[in-house]
Amino acid sequence: MYAQLVDTGETRVRGAEEMSAEEQAFQSRLDAGVKIEPRDWMPDPYRRTLVRQISQHAHSEVVGMLPEGNWITRAPSLKRKAILLAKVQDEGGHGMYLYSAAETLGASRDQMLDDLVAGRAKYSSIFNYPTLTWADIGAIGWLVDGAAIINQIPLCRCSYGPYARAMVRICKEESFHQRQGYDIMLALARGTAAQKAMAQDALNRWWWPAVMMHGPSDEASVHSAQSMQWKIKIHSNDELRQKFIDQTVPQADFLGLTVPDPALKWNEARGHYDIGPIDWDEFYAVIKGNGPCNRDRLKTRAQAWADGAWVREAAAAHAARTAQAAQPDLPQPSATQEP
Amino acid sequence: MPEWPLWEVFIRSQHGLAHKHVGSLHASDAAMAMQAARNLYTRRAEGVSIWVVETGRIHASSPDDKEILFEPANDKPYRHPTFFPMPDGVKNL
Repeated sequence: MYAQLVDTGETRVRGAEEMSAEEQAFQSRLDAGVKIEPRDWMPDPYRRTLVRQISQHAHSEVVGMLPEGNWITRAPSLKRKAILLAKVQDEGGHGMYLYSAAETLGASRDQMLDDLVAGRAKYSSIFNYPTLTWADIGAIGWLVDGAAIINQIPLCRCSYGPYARAMVRICKEESFHQRQGYDIMLALARGTAAQKAMAQDALNRWWWPAVMMHGPSDEASVHSAQSMQWKIKIHSNDELRQKFIDQTVPQADFLGLTVPDPALKWNEARGHYDIGPIDWDEFYAVIKGNGPCNRDRLKTRAQAWADGAWVREAAAAHAARTAQAAQPDLPQPSATQEP
Repeated sequence: MPEWPLWEVFIRSQHGLAHKHVGSLHASDAAMAMQAARNLYTRRAEGVSIWVVETGRIHASSPDDKEILFEPANDKPYRHPTFFPMPDGVKNL
């Protein structure tokens, strides 16, 4: 998903008898559905895993602006351009909500941004694919945001308060993203033969990367089991993927488009769609930095950060000078954590 | 260069409710914090008034003081009207 293969640093999930008294008390609060807040005691691995997961999620939102930003100047009408601009601005906002949530755990904003541009931090595999045509903007909203919603709605109930609250805000805005994407696909599917072919081509290229977004099966993963015990992961990757497929295939049918999977078939006994094999080699290659656009995405982010340096410096200098002028005795304000 | 300070954002919606904490952001000064809060937290008409407060200026209670601060309320149930059963037949009370 937006945070993939999150490492908990644990080698196995421990039972209550192996936990310290503090850890036991913490786990029983989680089991009782109590939310953990920034200043509450928490085990270090819980804190580290959350920082990793939330910062990856934030990076995905921020990098996710790039493939779509690519089409803002080339949107086919003023209306589509205004909508896309609003959508991309939302993604930036989602990144900000999430960076703030990570900061409540003691992470530094600058450190997280450094980790991203230096290539030390992961972000979702999906944003390393190119947006070749306008139909790709439709496919991203429909499929990528659609897959994201399925992952994010359960996270509104996760155990860490600031993360859960950020997800509530994000989910409220996400539905617009998915619908505007489907609306683009509808217009193309109902258009000329060339437009419909463009929509089909976008579906052909985005379907499998979207199906991979939830990550490989994690039924046997220690990290996944640990994250579930901590209630920062609610459903398994396979469960989320199945839900995505089951709800998306009928939407493709309505568009009159064909899902590019010859093995796709409704399984009456299971009450779900069966799908063909997923090419996980491709997923791992993209995650390791070898997708079609990984280098380009990081280069663009690093360039934007460097280009903004003079603005950050000027704003800081202006703030320092006006504060000094207003109250010569006042110490300079410094960055601090949320109480 | 040090990070810009952190600010907490509070929004009052148009339904007559009090300002409510909605999140935080980094800004170099109050004017930028106000502008960023408007862009970040009111894109869908969520409010008609914004407060921004530098995070370091907020004094918060500690989770360790929860018992000392809030437990005493639990042994004063008579502060709730339901503590006093009213006989049937007594009206408007």
